[in-house]
Amino acid sequence: MKALELDWKPLALVPLLALIALPLVGSGSTWLTLTVAGLAMGMIIFIIASGLTLVFGLMDVLNFGHGVFIALGAYVATSVLGGMSDWTGSTELWRNLVALAPAMVVGMLVAGAVGVAFERFIVRPVYGQHLKQILITMGGMIIGEELIKVIWGPQQIALPLPEALRGSLLLGDASIERYRVVAVVVGLVVFALLAWTLSRTKIGLLIRAGVQDREMVESLGYRIRRLFVGVFVVGSALAGLGGVMWGLYQQNVTPQMGAQVNILIFIVIIIGGLGSTGGALIGALLVGLMANYTGFLVPKVALFSNIALMVAVLLWRPQGVYPVANR
Amino acid sequence: MSDILLKLEGVHTHIGAYHILHGVDLAVPRGQLTMLLGRNGAGKTTTLRTIMGLWPASKGRISFGGKDITAMATPQIAALNIAYVPENMGIFSDLTVKENMLLAARKAKHAAQMDEARLQWIFKLFPAVQTFWNHPAGKLSGGQKQMLAVARGIVEPRELLIVDEPSKGLAPAIINNMIEAFQQLKASGVTILLVEQNINFAKRLGDTVAVMDNGVVVHAGSMRELAESESLQTSLLGLAL
Repeated sequence: MKALELDWKPLALVPLLALIALPLVGSGSTWLTLTVAGLAMGMIIFIIASGLTLVFGLMDVLNFGHGVFIALGAYVATSVLGGMSDWTGSTELWRNLVALAPAMVVGMLVAGAVGVAFERFIVRPVYGQHLKQILITMGGMIIGEELIKVIWGPQQIALPLPEALRGSLLLGDASIERYRVVAVVVGLVVFALLAWTLSRTKIGLLIRAGVQDREMVESLGYRIRRLFVGVFVVGSALAGLGGVMWGLYQQNVTPQMGAQVNILIFIVIIIGGLGSTGGALIGALLVGLMANYTGFLVPKVALFSNIALMVAVLLWRPQGVYPVANR
Repeated sequence: MSDILLKLEGVHTHIGAYHILHGVDLAVPRGQLTMLLGRNGAGKTTTLRTIMGLWPASKGRISFGGKDITAMATPQIAALNIAYVPENMGIFSDLTVKENMLLAARKAKHAAQMDEARLQWIFKLFPAVQTFWNHPAGKLSGGQKQMLAVARGIVEPRELLIVDEPSKGLAPAIINNMIEAFQQLKASGVTILLVEQNINFAKRLGDTVAVMDNGVVVHAGSMRELAESESLQTSLLGLAL
């Protein structure tokens, strides 16, 4: 018996998809541009999806309202960055990054705070009732969108990139957008923090154990409801952070942006295996790459391609690439 | 006569529309090993789950050390120093053996904070726990998982250990190891409530016994009395020990 066994097959899917795309794209520089763009998009989606997959895994809650935290984070970013135009307009990179930091922190704090209320008043009354969870969380998202319209107005708002993050870096003939590099770095930092928390801390152990068998965690003397509220709030805050990143990626925000991203997130967590953070990362990278390759090759099937990808993965592993035991 | 650590008085339990326990009366003396026997469907597992608050009692009273725990939530009940090993063992398969043990050690934040002397005692009782310390618990055999499940229950001193069918599905050699481990646990002074279907297992371990049928306790007394009375065995269990 091996002490630690890494299931490498799902990990291999990401480079495999990239290699399959290479001859189809043709040009190496274009392929590199698309691949970096796909990885950046994947990392942003991972930031958003990581909380949702834990929420489902831990308490079996289907939160279709997760998108509202994305939109909220993005709108908060428009306000914060709008008030720091001196910093975002600077051509110095460090001043741009200093401006991004409070936008991210405030976006996370506001999304997390709204997450507390969302869990208390919308999710808690419908524990264990999937149909009601779907209906009420979607309703919650609609209310959230309307409140965003009340505060920021119904129109699309521009969220331009800070000056020094615009444009591209040239790597040979390949053009790598600067902001995408930032997105990859932020995504990697979030993943590293999550991985460290889940594997190296007792709270992380409790979350992993709770995803597998919450009744047993309670029988060991831990209050899993408190743990769930904590995970829900952190998940909401991460969605807020993802919203800031996504808004900057799109360079504009709309009240419905969360609902649009919701589809991708659910594809990601289903591909990854409900409750699996590592699976969510693989799923997000696959979805990001697939969206960019098909967007370039056959734009009309961009969304369909990700659904097809999900179907293909589920035919291979019906419970996702990293199924959570005991579920 | 020992004092009573755990007491159930007229406990009823409903699961959805089903009325499973119909007024269970049970007394678990402190420092003894009480066997809960009965045929399949008699209500033994439901009784244990009701004690732990996993299926709350709809009527009656459950007290532990004189304290009413009937309406308490499961984590509160466990925090009273009650360890529960369910029928399915409740092992976290994706976690290592060490991580499973660390979770059960509520006072420890890291593996290094677990009581080393107690761990060494557990390793002697269940050598597989030490052998596979850094291995995923899901890869253990059925017997090894059962050892881990019980080891997890005693990683910190507990007043009461509740175990649901520890011999289920185990090979005879492993059952003998398990019996020896429970004998040592008994000698250490832990109060144990065991649900069993394996009569030989019950006979070798039990101090007191309660027999359930149709959601009620139909007999309570000493294990020796039941083991020595063929008429009791036949009338209560339909077999001879």
